[in-house]
Amino acid sequence: MNALLHLHERPAIYLIVAAFLLAAGVYGLIRRRTLIGMLIAGELIFAAASLNFMAVNRFFAPDPSVGQIFVLFIMGLAAAEVAIALSIIIAVYRNYRSIHSGDMSELKG
Amino acid sequence: MKPFPFADYLVFAIFAVAVGLTVGGALIAALSTRIIRGVSGLMISCVGLAGLYYFLNSPFLALMEILIYVGAVCVTIVFGVMLSEPDEPAGEEKRRHARLWSGGALAVSALVFAGVAWLSLHGPWTAPAKLVSDGSVRAVGLSLLTTYSLPFELISAVLLVAILGALVIARSGRTKE
Repeated sequence: MNALLHLHERPAIYLIVAAFLLAAGVYGLIRRRTLIGMLIAGELIFAAASLNFMAVNRFFAPDPSVGQIFVLFIMGLAAAEVAIALSIIIAVYRNYRSIHSGDMSELKG
Repeated sequence: MKPFPFADYLVFAIFAVAVGLTVGGALIAALSTRIIRGVSGLMISCVGLAGLYYFLNSPFLALMEILIYVGAVCVTIVFGVMLSEPDEPAGEEKRRHARLWSGGALAVSALVFAGVAWLSLHGPWTAPAKLVSDGSVRAVGLSLLTTYSLPFELISAVLLVAILGALVIARSGRTKE
């Protein structure tokens, strides 16, 4: 019981949750049939990487501010990536009237 | 002074809620058939993740997670859902085919989960002998303005270019009626 109460002071639970987020993201990336669904799965993978960075930063890094700054950069890059990806998705939807990954089978459409 | 009764249990309950929100939200985001539910799952997952960041001694990043992911990224994805028709067509895929794909994806992701979890539990992690800084908001701000000032400026340039690029790409198909 005591070990369970101090679970949040051990790195193991954070690393396992990060691994689970990565696995959920990979599953979504394979299984989703639309571009926005794949984008959401990609965001899950970003979240997994950030959580891993933060856990290692908290428990194993000599300077605990480096990991925080790196995760902040990951968030900034994820925001930029979402903006670009959504505009591409909207452009694709204008051309194909669909954003299913199976429909986009020709180049220079 | 006597500590608050059941303080340990309270902390554990909050931690369990944060972990549950993260895991449950990720499950909704990966498994739901309707895309808008997937976006909501991503939001829930990000709120739980903010709680985990708080437990990892970083209230600043917890706040940023809610501000950027829930407030900006998810809302932008909702706009994308609004402007296109992302729902998967029902019954287009053959039943056997769909089951095959689901099984394969499940196998791959289970393998990834098992591998990464095994590595992170059995890795040769060593705690540092002594800490250089305390990881407070003040320390983060100081190193953002000294050691990491160049990447900080580069991120702003990247965001500016991304906004301009997004405008240019999304505009191209638009014609005046």
